Amino acid sequence: MATVDVREPDIVIRGRKVVGGVVEGEALVTQQTISGWGGVNPMKGEVIESHHELRGQSFAGKILVFPGAKGSSGWSGVFHMTRLTDKAPLGMLFNITTTKAALGAVVLRVPTLTDFDIDPLDHIETGDRVRIDADKGEVLVWKKSV
Amino acid sequence: MVKLSDDERAMLDGRDGAAVQKAMELLVRYADALGAEDFVYTNNVAGVPGSSPQWVKEYYAADGGDYRAVFSRFDLDSDEVVDVPRMNAFSCHLQGGMDPSMWQEQGMTEQAFANFQQDEAEVAAHGIQVLKTCTPYLAGNVPVMGEHCAWMESSAVVFCNSVIGGRTNCEGRESTSAAMLANRIPNFGFHRDEYRKGQHRVRVDVPVDSIFEWGMLGYFTGGAVEDTIPVLDGAISEQSLIRHKHFGAAAASSGGVEMYHMVGITPEAPSMEAAFGGAARGETFIYGPEERRAVYERLNSIGSSTDVDYVMLGCPHYSIEQIAEAARLIEGRKVNANAELWIFTSRAVKATAEASGYGDIFRAAGAKLMTDTCSAISQAVPKGTRVAALDSAKQVHYLPAMMGIEGWYGTTAECIDAACSGKWRGSLR
Repeated sequence: MATVDVREPDIVIRGRKVVGGVVEGEALVTQQTISGWGGVNPMKGEVIESHHELRGQSFAGKILVFPGAKGSSGWSGVFHMTRLTDKAPLGMLFNITTTKAALGAVVLRVPTLTDFDIDPLDHIETGDRVRIDADKGEVLVWKKSV
Repeated sequence: MVKLSDDERAMLDGRDGAAVQKAMELLVRYADALGAEDFVYTNNVAGVPGSSPQWVKEYYAADGGDYRAVFSRFDLDSDEVVDVPRMNAFSCHLQGGMDPSMWQEQGMTEQAFANFQQDEAEVAAHGIQVLKTCTPYLAGNVPVMGEHCAWMESSAVVFCNSVIGGRTNCEGRESTSAAMLANRIPNFGFHRDEYRKGQHRVRVDVPVDSIFEWGMLGYFTGGAVEDTIPVLDGAISEQSLIRHKHFGAAAASSGGVEMYHMVGITPEAPSMEAAFGGAARGETFIYGPEERRAVYERLNSIGSSTDVDYVMLGCPHYSIEQIAEAARLIEGRKVNANAELWIFTSRAVKATAEASGYGDIFRAAGAKLMTDTCSAISQAVPKGTRVAALDSAKQVHYLPAMMGIEGWYGTTAECIDAACSGKWRGSLR
């Protein structure tokens, strides 16, 4: 995938591979954990949980940056369905490894990293350009504000 | 990469057929995603294998659009469609989408019911027990202490870990379906001793002695400790299966608690020190009169009209003890003309309820005893429902938000009074 940026990345983050692959896109960041079943509408790839800061926003085609998964055991099933409806995230970065988040990433088959050297939630903002090279365990970030 | 035994290597190489091979491939991807070193053997799996709404079958139309296609492509996340044999592990189907006889009252279409029947026939033909409940431990699948399980359903997971001392993570659909074929699940999280120790303390200062109080304490606990392991001590008494069932379901929905310890009560907490695996650590949260009132108000924050038109009991699915109590409370009374009362349980418990005469009591009162599902899972409420009354902290957490209705939380007796009078008169005493 060609990158539009010719400049060096502003930040480089290293992590552990959850699912391999390389992808580049725009970040959607939340400081709140995400529920799958009852928290996401898989037909739209949209967060629907009441009081969630991403409520009404879609992660389809975005790099989803979030602390981790919570809620029902239907997490993987709901995220898996977003793959069927073409509303899946492009890639994922999460801090807390749970069975829900790990299985969800596996069946989404999107490049995913966890266990970072520095916290992506402190360094990536919604709208930043992010390149995940999960095979190398590397995240490159170009800040939108620079 | 995850370490494989000779047996696991042979399964991955196809010794036991294509379906087991695909199951093992998925479990290896999953174990690597978790960073697990190896697998544990399991012969106790509970999930929702192969069941799917019509649109998912249509999505796989090119692959045959049937159970085989869905199980291969969705459950096993396989690129190829494979023949799916009978499951190898002791396997159970958890809750489903509708009542098998009262589906029309639930607003389901003929087509959706036909799809439901077809899936169920396939489940049975694949050697999976048709439990159709979120409470497998009340319908014939009771793990023993230390048993490695692979279960879905957050309320059943927390019960298995905390009350029984069984060992399961909160598994998902794909991992349970694969475990049914391969008898393996990643050795991660609650399968390991070091992961089962308490992280925060909850000190209970007000008497928690009824199922209503246990549910509120559970809802408070999940909000306080989120997805960590709480150790509770203090004024908790009158433990019983149904109280643990309500506590765990509430804590799992408000915070994602998958295991809890109660000092002197649950099996892995003979003492505070044992529960924490050494000295107490983490934060201490106090549950006193103010916290109790705040939880009650939070659970009742989405109710404003006192004109109740729907009462739902049975989240998690009612035990026979709870059904007997509900029957005692409603015997000789009638559900109000402007209200409906639906009570949810498993098919196994319903059979006992009918044999015990409770079915007749409910029918005489105009209440409906339903199985398999609940209003949140099926997204089915009586037509025109605007205000529901619920005796489950978990259900009041989910249902009003999902269905855009108001909801009240109270005792079972207050809920049955609401069903008979059409009015909410609950209060915190």
